[in-house]
Amino acid sequence: MPDVQPLVSDFVLKLKRRKVEGSHAVARQTAELLRSVVSQHRMGSSANQAAALADAVRAVGEQLIAANPIGVMAKFFSSTNVDMQDMNSRMLWPGVNPAELAVGNIVRRVLHIIKEEDISSTAVGIEGLSVTVDSDDEYDSEHDDGPALSAAVLAAHARNALRAPSLQTLLEDIPVSPAISRTASSTGDSDGKSKSAGDKSSTRKLKHDVITAIGDLIDEIDSCYEPISEQAVELIHQNEVILTLGRSRTVKEFLYAAKEKKRSFRVFVAEGAPRYQGHVLAKELVEKGVQTTVITDSAVFAMISRVNMVIVGAHAIMANGGVIAPVGMNMVALAAQRHAVPFVVVAGSHKLCPLYPHNPEVLLNELKSPSDLLDFGEFSDCMNFSTQDGSPLLNVVNPTFDYVPPKLVSLFVTDTGGHSPSYMYRLIAEYYSADDLVVRRKSGS
Amino acid sequence: MSQKKSRSRGGGGGAAASGDDHEDLARPPPLQAVLLADSFTLKFRPITLERPKVLLPLVHMPMIEYTLTWLESAGVDEAFVFCCAHSHQVKEYLDKAGWAGKAGAGSMAVTAVESHDAISAGDALRVIYDRGVIRGDFVLISGDTISNMSLKDALQEHMDRKKKDPFAVMTMIIKHSKPSILTHQTRLGNDEITMAIDPETKELLYYEDRADNSHLYVTIDKDILTNNPTLQLHNDMEDCYIDICSPEVLSLFTDNFDYQHLRRHFVKGLLVDDIMGYKIYTHELRSGYAARIDNFRSYDTVSKDVIQRWTYPMVPDVVSNRDCSESRLRRQGIYVASDVTLSHSAQIGANSVVGSATSIGDNCKVLNSVIGVGCKIGKNVFINGSYIWDHVIIEDGCKVSNSLICDGVHLRAGAIVEPGSVLSFKVEVGKNVTVPAHSKVSLLPQPSNEDSDEELEYADTNSGVTDSPPFSSMRSSGDQAIVPSEEDESGTSETGTCGVVGYIWTSADTGILEEWRQSIAPIPKEKLEELERAVSDEDGSEDESNNLILQDKDDSSDSVVEDDDHISKFEKEVEETFQRAMGGGVNRDNLILEINGLRLAYSLQHADCAGAVFYSIMKSALVAAQSTNNTLLKTTGEALVKWKDLLRNYTKTVDEEMEILLKFEEMCQETTKEFSPLFAKILPFLYDTEVVTEDAILRWAEEKENADESDKVFVKQSEDFIQWLKEAEEEDDEDEE
Repeated sequence: MPDVQPLVSDFVLKLKRRKVEGSHAVARQTAELLRSVVSQHRMGSSANQAAALADAVRAVGEQLIAANPIGVMAKFFSSTNVDMQDMNSRMLWPGVNPAELAVGNIVRRVLHIIKEEDISSTAVGIEGLSVTVDSDDEYDSEHDDGPALSAAVLAAHARNALRAPSLQTLLEDIPVSPAISRTASSTGDSDGKSKSAGDKSSTRKLKHDVITAIGDLIDEIDSCYEPISEQAVELIHQNEVILTLGRSRTVKEFLYAAKEKKRSFRVFVAEGAPRYQGHVLAKELVEKGVQTTVITDSAVFAMISRVNMVIVGAHAIMANGGVIAPVGMNMVALAAQRHAVPFVVVAGSHKLCPLYPHNPEVLLNELKSPSDLLDFGEFSDCMNFSTQDGSPLLNVVNPTFDYVPPKLVSLFVTDTGGHSPSYMYRLIAEYYSADDLVVRRKSGS
Repeated sequence: MSQKKSRSRGGGGGAAASGDDHEDLARPPPLQAVLLADSFTLKFRPITLERPKVLLPLVHMPMIEYTLTWLESAGVDEAFVFCCAHSHQVKEYLDKAGWAGKAGAGSMAVTAVESHDAISAGDALRVIYDRGVIRGDFVLISGDTISNMSLKDALQEHMDRKKKDPFAVMTMIIKHSKPSILTHQTRLGNDEITMAIDPETKELLYYEDRADNSHLYVTIDKDILTNNPTLQLHNDMEDCYIDICSPEVLSLFTDNFDYQHLRRHFVKGLLVDDIMGYKIYTHELRSGYAARIDNFRSYDTVSKDVIQRWTYPMVPDVVSNRDCSESRLRRQGIYVASDVTLSHSAQIGANSVVGSATSIGDNCKVLNSVIGVGCKIGKNVFINGSYIWDHVIIEDGCKVSNSLICDGVHLRAGAIVEPGSVLSFKVEVGKNVTVPAHSKVSLLPQPSNEDSDEELEYADTNSGVTDSPPFSSMRSSGDQAIVPSEEDESGTSETGTCGVVGYIWTSADTGILEEWRQSIAPIPKEKLEELERAVSDEDGSEDESNNLILQDKDDSSDSVVEDDDHISKFEKEVEETFQRAMGGGVNRDNLILEINGLRLAYSLQHADCAGAVFYSIMKSALVAAQSTNNTLLKTTGEALVKWKDLLRNYTKTVDEEMEILLKFEEMCQETTKEFSPLFAKILPFLYDTEVVTEDAILRWAEEKENADESDKVFVKQSEDFIQWLKEAEEEDDEDEE
């Protein structure tokens, strides 16, 4: 794909220079980039079209994920409750961008989409014989949980009719995870309608469907706040006191939604040193007429006994239910646990990361410039190496993220509803296929 | 389908660019930058003989890469890289790194401008002007500047100012940074800069970067003080050498063809000569980092800043230009590439960077150092505070401290590199050889036609020097043999055991004494102690250097210091004259004349004379009396009688008599302690001979009443006499009544 290469390298550069920040923006831009990758992809005459497409996406994904040269060793633990078929993926995991795990998430989502589209089209082609084995209730829950995705699948099926039987061979390559088969089962009821479609070539259909599905994914990322904030009134009750740390757009929308539903509540905002995004949030909340109190981060323990619920945003949710969140969050979670205050994490589904964290405090972290903490000029005499004995005496460490272990989290609120930490692996299995966890070109691995 | 394609593509591009769109509207012409890929100095010799300074790696990345990356992220649309020395290398690098010819949307276009006869920044700007490529305001930066600051504010300020005042041609970026009190250097090894800035408008009024530290004062033109009701004097500012210039700057350089140096000629010229009323403003950098690598000291300092992440996101684990495998940040600022072969017993200390494919042997210790790509380090090697570039071989048991070691250097077993050394490309050091501190070793001989004007070099270095090996420039230092470079292996092996392959350079213009100021090595302890002593000697004046008190105040304090010196000199001369008079020969009248002459020459008061003459008399008595108290008293009496006429010449008022008493007291306390037991006896004698009157004595006693106990010793000694005087006075008064 020589046509997209400039776009890709441009985005890689932006990621490298930390010009796009925030998991939402990153997720969106990644999805958009992958959409153009797919649309630019020239479908060859080879039999395995879907695999070729997936390979193209994987190639780009590899570059994007490697955009940050911090090698992260995220180990896949062989936890018993993970139904991963491919246990080979229990390997060292180099090249994960800790700052933006969302890149990898979206790449895997797109790979998953390609696979699903391919399977569904194949399934339709062979009258869905091979896939109607799963239980119906699981299918139902899937249907509720991911309406956008299912709708896309349905829409795609409505237009598809003729399937190249050769694509069936793809199925044999892919270890079919339960998630895939479940989604594929949703094609069952659409079979009849889809028969009427025209005679376009199947490869074009596949590509078109994938593009549409990625478009839906982008919409989903954009509108992830709505389904989350719809749940606000169920969680925030009259005259409650909410504590949050820093600023998260999801939290803001969540609180706005509760306010719009005429709930009256008060918010304690911990300022979130050293970036002090809490100040921004406080301003925004006051504009909407929410009773707001700003406290320092260190005052969280003092105030927590008066708080009914802690609601915070996240940078990423790991497969074990742990949370990568702005620095200081672990302390808040500990305070909440000490006083038995519910600790609720709100996050869109693009923040779900299928990786298991290993030493996340260090490896999934990003150290930023010390200038956030102190003024260079004031301290310049402490860093005059010529008059010291050559080794720096003053070190400043400014980590961006904190890791909150799953046992400290009471509830996750995602766009598919509320879940407990122990359920996250299941949710993740619905969005990602197990063999995509390592984004590597097939040829390379 | 095709419609869809284009839509989706457009959507992707549009979203990415949407953030920049607003800025584009705010500044209609494209923002341009002029990057000088040549420092026009000799500070990095001998390395710069073989590779241009901007391509020297700073924590694994060439300096120019930092500069270009910053320019791009700061929103510069078009950059002109001016290359001069080693221009082919610079251009090659730009091609290889993908900067040149890249003109995609949102990325910066880089164009190389080449010139071979430019010998200064002034020449470079004149060349740029001749090309006519600069159309609007531009950023002027040199290729060795590391920054992550946001240009937006400074740029906006510059634009706004220009709208109001078309003569505001330049905005200089400055940064708060405290210079060391001891060395009067910034942490980057530059001399501290003295600037005068108008606090309201931020206009730069005065700039001096070569202030003479020994004087501790600055001279500011009177006009500046009269024309500006308020001004701030700073010595705690660092010049970042990032300037936002109007196109007029280029034409100013062309008009004034003698301008060479950006600061020394251009800035000072504009400030002093007041050309056309052009003004320079400053912008203080609040958040963000900017520093220029000017010498080895700043190379060391900035490297450490990069490792400590002040330059984020330009830190080793985020950006890496080469294809080398990514490095990972561990605790305590240790960056280790993933494919490093590290022995289990090797110890990597804090703030170190190890490049990929490097192997480090058993029991090695690496502290505060940067080790490049593909190095082989043997066993029991100790590396501290050093910068080791790529493909260096260090054999077992070597010791490298605070040095710079370039590509391909080979240190054989047991070699020791002492602090401040610079080993240029491919130098070899033999077994158990010690490279002495602050030595610079290169395979290329030192050019013999060294002239001291540092402005005029660097440019023509890649030709003419290398082909004539002047053996005369080889200096052997100490006992070690130095063998000139030889291309074939036999030559090197032959010398391998006994010395260094390469020329040891003598320090060029700075001299070995000043070497510590700008070397990589920290300032030696002895030197610091020495400086500390110097500062504590200066005592009060140290404060002034900190607070920058204006000149007139400074002067007065200086004159006080001089005063003491002055008087003692005068006393000495008076004493000499007096001794000549004692030895006979000199007539008494002539003596008075002579002393008067001295008094005028030293422009002193009568009182000072009285003191000095009295001192001389007493001294002569002391010399004559030898030892015992009785004889001393006698001779003193004789001397006073003999010379009282002379003394009376000077004791016209009570003040002068007081001076004599004080002098006498001082002598008893300090110089001639022999008199101290006799004070009470000599005092009545002075009264009797009418050298001092009772008024003087009483006033002296009165004055001393409030003094310290130690000062009262002599008043107490002569208490009886004073008491008697007082009573006598009262009687007198009564009599009069």
